[in-house]
Formats: sequence, structure tokens, C-alpha cells
Amino acid sequence: MRRFIQKYYALLKVQLSTSATQAAQYRVEFLMGVALSAFWTLSAVAPLWILFQQRSTVAGWRRDEALVVVAFFTMLKGFIAAFLEPSVNNTVEHLRKGTLDFLLLKPADAGFLVSTTRLAPWKGTDIVGGLGLLLVALRGLGRWPAPTAWLAMLAVLAAAVAMLHALWIMVVALAFVTVKVDNLTYLLGSLYDAARWPASVWRGPMAFLFSWVLPLAVMTTDPALAVLGRLQPVEALRAVTLAAAMSALSRAVWLRSITRYTSAGG
Amino acid sequence: MSGARSFIEKWRGLLGVGVASAVAYRGEFLVWILTTNLPLIMMALWTTVAAEGPVGRFGQRGFVAYFLGALLVRFLSGSWVVWQLTWDIREGGLGPRLLKPMHPFAYYAGENLAQIPLRLLVSVPLVLALVVGVGPAALGHDYRQWLLLPVLLLGAWLVLYTAMLVVASLALFVDSALAVWELWMAVGYVLSGYLMPFELLPAPLRRVAWWLPWRVTLALPLETLLGLCSVRESLAGLALQLVWVTVFGAAALALWRRGMRRFAAFGG
Repeated sequence: MRRFIQKYYALLKVQLSTSATQAAQYRVEFLMGVALSAFWTLSAVAPLWILFQQRSTVAGWRRDEALVVVAFFTMLKGFIAAFLEPSVNNTVEHLRKGTLDFLLLKPADAGFLVSTTRLAPWKGTDIVGGLGLLLVALRGLGRWPAPTAWLAMLAVLAAAVAMLHALWIMVVALAFVTVKVDNLTYLLGSLYDAARWPASVWRGPMAFLFSWVLPLAVMTTDPALAVLGRLQPVEALRAVTLAAAMSALSRAVWLRSITRYTSAGG
Repeated sequence: MSGARSFIEKWRGLLGVGVASAVAYRGEFLVWILTTNLPLIMMALWTTVAAEGPVGRFGQRGFVAYFLGALLVRFLSGSWVVWQLTWDIREGGLGPRLLKPMHPFAYYAGENLAQIPLRLLVSVPLVLALVVGVGPAALGHDYRQWLLLPVLLLGAWLVLYTAMLVVASLALFVDSALAVWELWMAVGYVLSGYLMPFELLPAPLRRVAWWLPWRVTLALPLETLLGLCSVRESLAGLALQLVWVTVFGAAALALWRRGMRRFAAFGG
């Protein structure tokens, strides 16, 4: 087991350093990314800011509490941009060109390789932006969460990351069936926008969709609730269970599609 | 005389190809429709707010009408030429386009215009939702504004299209033209009335944004559709559209001409 972990840790380091070498070519892009992420964060906060000039609460959330949700929304958006999208796009590109075979032949788990084939931490400026928003919001609230609240937050945030990873892996699996997947990742990315509000904004069928089928609301609202000290143990358990179930499902879908893959020349 | 005939023939051919490619790529078109979901997300937020009491003159119905209308305007006047053109410049697709007996700007415009039937088709459910779901009361009642609406939509498309051409022409000089466009979008989301009704912007910001190009690409046709503004305001907006189209159009042509001098087709 220890050797297994050591091997994959070393692999991860290699993947990161190759990505970093490639990234060194894109310094201007990085600076532009920083500027852009500032503008996008402002545009995500603008409606809330205008809204809370007229109201003190919306769907049971006060301004700074809603801001905590936006903070987690921004952080996870950065995570998607830095760690999920580049790998998925690269894998789809491999599929289209028929070079995925080289990756499959390597003596390591293909699912791992596909998830880490290209990492772009410099695209994760939103992660820093989200942390900044969180600090602003906590200052506005005027109280610092207890250590247990932070622990609960880490647990549900990890669950959210696992759910996002599972969703994106399933998109890759879909690429084996239809090659035009760049559109699909784009679609998934735009659906993720629904996670920017507290879950209680959604009603009726949408509430069900976003908490169980495509649990976007869970991903950002649960960490926020945890920080605010309002997360029920049941909710935390649900998030972790959902994440485990989705990861298992995506692993099964992935293995199934990889065994059926006949390669570009086949 | 034959000049006019060849002009008509060219455009007929262009539109024919455009319609064919729009039909061929209907999947992409559908995905574009599905990714344009931010107005619906905003609708969820604002109707929740309005459930506790109206915001300005917007009640729950008002917000539903506003964001359905925003989708409608986006579908009818949207364009993605900035992605097409920058892609063509970078990947070398521009070379063959330059060989055609027609300015590339006109070529892409023709492709956009050829999508009108498909765009009208996806608008039908939205119009139905507006009329049946929200009720005709949510729409404007002045027939003059109805006459103006198609003109304003065309104007909105032209402002967006020419602005995109300016940014795409930058791709002839720098690599990161698309980042400039993202900046345009991020600012535009707030200032065009896409995230919230334009009139809910704080007054000082609104006074400045009134003159900027973003409002006339979305809020203007939208307010005309819903009868939220007077005929005079619609006409003033039309004049402003003309100004921006002229500015962006001239800038795009000038940039393009300069860029063409240094453009060497990839692989050439």
C-alpha cells in the first residue's frame, strides 16, 4: 500500500512539473487570468450587492452569509478551471487524434493518468479570489468559526471536490461515445453557475435536481453552512455519501468505457 | 447593373451555405441554447427575492417576464463571430476565406444572418412561455414599439457583431484577443441588464452605463419588448446603437486593414 501511494505521489509530481514547464510559456496569460478573475468575481457579487441594499435577508440568508456561498462558488470554479477542465480537454484531444493509446499503455492506472494529464494551477486564480471573498465575508459577519466548523467545512468541501471530479470523469467517458465533448464540458461549466446562490433559492423540481441529481447546490451551500456553524450532521453525512456514490458510479462508467474502447485505428 | 446582379448572387450563395451549415451544426446550436442558462439562474434568485415583496416595479411575474425576454433577445441577436474569427486566424482557416471574392466580415455576417430561421424556431417556446405563462400584460402595448423591435434587435446584433470584429481583429496582432472579449463579457453582464434589470443598477452607475454599448445590446430591445420604456427612449436607444455601430465598424475595418498588412497565412 505504501509503495502504491509513493508511486502515485511521484507520478503526480511529474505530471505537475511537466504542466508547469508548459505553463512557463504563458506568463501573460497568467496575468490576464488574474485580471479577468477579479472582474468575474465582481460581476458575481454585483447582483448580491444591489439586492442586499434593498433587503436584509433573501431566502433566509443575510448578505455576508450569501457572500460565503459565493466565496465557495468562486473557489470551486477555480478548482474546475485549474484541475478538471485542462485534463478533460487534453484527454478529448488525445481521443480525437488517436494518441490516447500511448497514455493507456503506460504502467499506471489510466483513470489517474487521465485525471492528471494536464494540470494548470496558474488558472486557479479564482481559488485565491474565493479565499479573499471568504475573509471579507467573515469579517463582515464579525465572528470567526470554531475549529470544529472548519473541520466540517473541509469534509464537505472535499466531498464537493470529489463530486465535481466524478462529474467530469463521466464527461470524459462520454467522449468515448461522441467525440464532440468540448461542448459538453462547456455545458457542465455553465450549469455550475447555478451553484452561486444558497440552495434555498431553488424551489420545486429545481431544488430536487440541484440537491440530488446534479448536486451543485450541495457543493457550495454545505461548506458555507459549515463555516456559519449551521450544518446539520445529517446534511454533512448526505454530502459525503453522495460524493462516495458518485465517485463509485463514475469509476464504474469509466472502467466500462475504457474496456470497450477500440482505439482510433480499430 | 451586372455589379448589382453579382452582388445579389454572391449573397444568395452565401446565405444558402450559411443555412446548410446552420442545419449541419444544429447540435452545436442546441448546446449554445442550453449553455445560455444564466438568465434562468438569475430568474430563480430574483423571483425568490420578489416573493417577499416587489423590487422597484418588478414583482415575481415582472422578473419572470424580464429574464425570459432576456433569453429571447440573446437568442435572436447573439453572435459568436469573435470565437470563429480568432480560431480561424490562429489555426489558419482564414487563408481560404481571404481567397473568396468577399470581405471576411461580410462572410461571417452572412453566416450569422442565415441562422435567423433556426433562431426564430428556438424563440417560439420562449414567446409562448411569455404570452401564455406570464400573460400578454407583461408585454408592451404600444404598436410603435412593436414596429421598432425588429430594428432594435438588428441594431443590437450589429453592435455586438462589430464589437466582436474589433476584438477579433486584435488577434492579428496579439495572442490573447479572447481575453479582451471575456473582459467585455464580464463588464457587460452587469451593465447590459443581463444579471438584473438595468433600472435596478445604482443611479450613478446607471447614468454612465446608459451611454455605454452594453445597454443597447440587451436592455434596450428587452425594455421595448416589455413596454418598460417610452417610445422616445426606444428611439434614443436606436440612435445610440447607430453611433456605436459606426464607431466599432470603423475601428474594426481600420484594425483589419493594418493587420492584413502583417498577416502571413499560417503554413504560407
